[in-house]
Amino acid sequence: MKQVVLQMEALTCPSCIKKIEGALGKMDGVEQAKVLFNSGKVKARFDERKINAEEIERTVTKLGYPVLSKKMSQSAH
Amino acid sequence: MNMTGKQKAWITAVTGGLLVLAILFHLTGLQELRSSTLILSTVIAGAPIALKAFQALRMKAFSIELLVTIAVAGALFIGEYVESAAVTFLFLFGAYLEARTLEKTRKSLKDLVDMAPQEATVVRDGREMVIPADEVEAGDRVLVRTGGKVPVDGRVAGGRAHLNEAAITGESVPASKADGDAVFSGTIVDSGYLEVIAEKTGDDTTFARIIELVEEAQESKTKTQQFLEKFANIYTPGIVVLSVIVYLLTQNIELTLTFLVIACPGALVISAPVSIVAGIGNGAKNGVLFKGGESVESLAKIDTVVFDKTGTLTKGRPEVTAIDAFGGDADKLLRMIAAAETASEHHLGRTIVEEAGNRGMVGLEQPEEVEIIKGHGLTATVGGMRIVAGTRKLMAENGIGVTPEAEAAATAREKAGNTAIFAAVDGQLRGLISIADRIRPEAQDAIRSFRANGVKQIIMLTGDNRHAAALVGRQLGLDEVHAELLPEDKVAFVKKLKDDGRRVAMAGDGVNDAPAIATADIGIAMGAGGTDISMETADVVLMADRLDQFAHARSLAKATVRNMKQNTWLAVGTVFLLLAGVLLGKILLASGMLIHELSVLIVILNAIRLVRYNGGKKERMPGGVEPFGPQPAVVE
Repeated sequence: MKQVVLQMEALTCPSCIKKIEGALGKMDGVEQAKVLFNSGKVKARFDERKINAEEIERTVTKLGYPVLSKKMSQSAH
Repeated sequence: MNMTGKQKAWITAVTGGLLVLAILFHLTGLQELRSSTLILSTVIAGAPIALKAFQALRMKAFSIELLVTIAVAGALFIGEYVESAAVTFLFLFGAYLEARTLEKTRKSLKDLVDMAPQEATVVRDGREMVIPADEVEAGDRVLVRTGGKVPVDGRVAGGRAHLNEAAITGESVPASKADGDAVFSGTIVDSGYLEVIAEKTGDDTTFARIIELVEEAQESKTKTQQFLEKFANIYTPGIVVLSVIVYLLTQNIELTLTFLVIACPGALVISAPVSIVAGIGNGAKNGVLFKGGESVESLAKIDTVVFDKTGTLTKGRPEVTAIDAFGGDADKLLRMIAAAETASEHHLGRTIVEEAGNRGMVGLEQPEEVEIIKGHGLTATVGGMRIVAGTRKLMAENGIGVTPEAEAAATAREKAGNTAIFAAVDGQLRGLISIADRIRPEAQDAIRSFRANGVKQIIMLTGDNRHAAALVGRQLGLDEVHAELLPEDKVAFVKKLKDDGRRVAMAGDGVNDAPAIATADIGIAMGAGGTDISMETADVVLMADRLDQFAHARSLAKATVRNMKQNTWLAVGTVFLLLAGVLLGKILLASGMLIHELSVLIVILNAIRLVRYNGGKKERMPGGVEPFGPQPAVVE
């Protein structure tokens, strides 16, 4: 299990949260997706055998949110 | 296709220019050009809105952009070009202003994140090299020079410096650091030079964890927020149904579309969160860590504050003030008791060990068969002798007789504010070790501030003896003092207060208070400086070891909740007035959109006041200089 944190531009609409979390949640291999609205971050825990961080990044970008940077870490769970 | 913030700003500027052009054409009577300019403006500004609406729709999400797109298409269809151009422009311009002002409410956190160290100078293979701070490993020797940031959590192993620890504690008066002292990532060397052995690096440092906690806290939802979200969930579909009814009754497409767009709960949705974000951000910058919006709300509501004594109301750095040895050598007694206490984690035990060190005693014997009796003391065997050290109760339980003379001596010491530790060797009471602790200098002011801020009762609970407790209670003017309590007694007491309908805040300094902290409506951990247990059990963590931060936290929480209420009423009020205006035909789409966007901005601007909130106090300035410039944003 790995975790990726994507830094985006500042989010302004709270409805973006549902949009992003919903879309990532539907992806196969994404265990948990959380949007930190105020810091403009997406945290996603995923199974690296099923999906990679680039695919997650692409989905977020396709939804209309440019990704500024990403950071990977081994998830504790 | 994606729109970045910059592109949107450009589109807004271009359409704004086109609108001015349209006004010029209108004034010069060029109606044909006027209409085409307006249509062009609508299309340019409408495109990003329609795109967002489409992206949301693809994810099966219902968005305000969709409503605006429908309304604008409708306006174009019925030839209302002024309306369509104005609405799209206002929508984009509003969003732009929102983003800019929202940034300000998030400023405190951003300031904090910007304090994170980027690079580190380490010594590897005898060579000095500069590497990214994330790549430092535990055990590395890190060099920090004047003006540099400490990039890791670790211990000083060379050099000496004054360190500005504002990033961790909110306290900007530099602290002196030398060999063996713990230092934290994010702190700045004010003057001097340090060599630090790295212990925690990257995301494991206290600083990184503070930022993570604050980020998570700003996301967590308060009851008001949850209510507003539920409200919005019912409200939005409700408005759609209502607008259908409006259409059926009036057969007026324009009115219906206006109704639909104006009713969007923009200000409503952000009204509470912006206040919370600004409040939590202000706290973080001042060394007060709220675990979430919920904590802010509960802290604002409390009417009873319960303090632990030692380490909370007092400095928690007690000293041995006297040793009464009954018919023996005081140093010999101290040496034996100190040897036993080396096994103790209790602060009183540590004080005794420290005192032995101060008196030059080295090579203390290893204690054996140590048994710690929580809240009472310990028993151990030192050099073949049976040691019992602790409270009166412990003596009684071990069948050790306390003579009237010894009792009188102990009471005298306790009345003078000491904690008397009974020391017995091989079943005989051999002496008393008296330990005293001083009240924190800022305690008086903090307690006054609580009373001024609506706290009705201030209570102290302590495991210490009743004389020492009463002395502190008298000096600080506390309402109730309860002494000689065990950790579970404190929990029971807090529970009872809660059952009586009080809203209780419990402030304590560490492991032994953790259960009571967890039981209270809101738990406050003092002077964490990064200890794990207090950071996890408490709802509010005071990073510097100072009571005035607690007082600030309380008034900040009240100001934040007040701000949130103002915003909520403003948002709800605006929506209802607008809807009434629309139905009465007094407000058209463009003017309604303008008022709507204005209300959103006012809500955000109101929250920004919290970023600068300082409890109505003037900033401490060196040399007694009174600050000029902006007055406190919110006055108590």
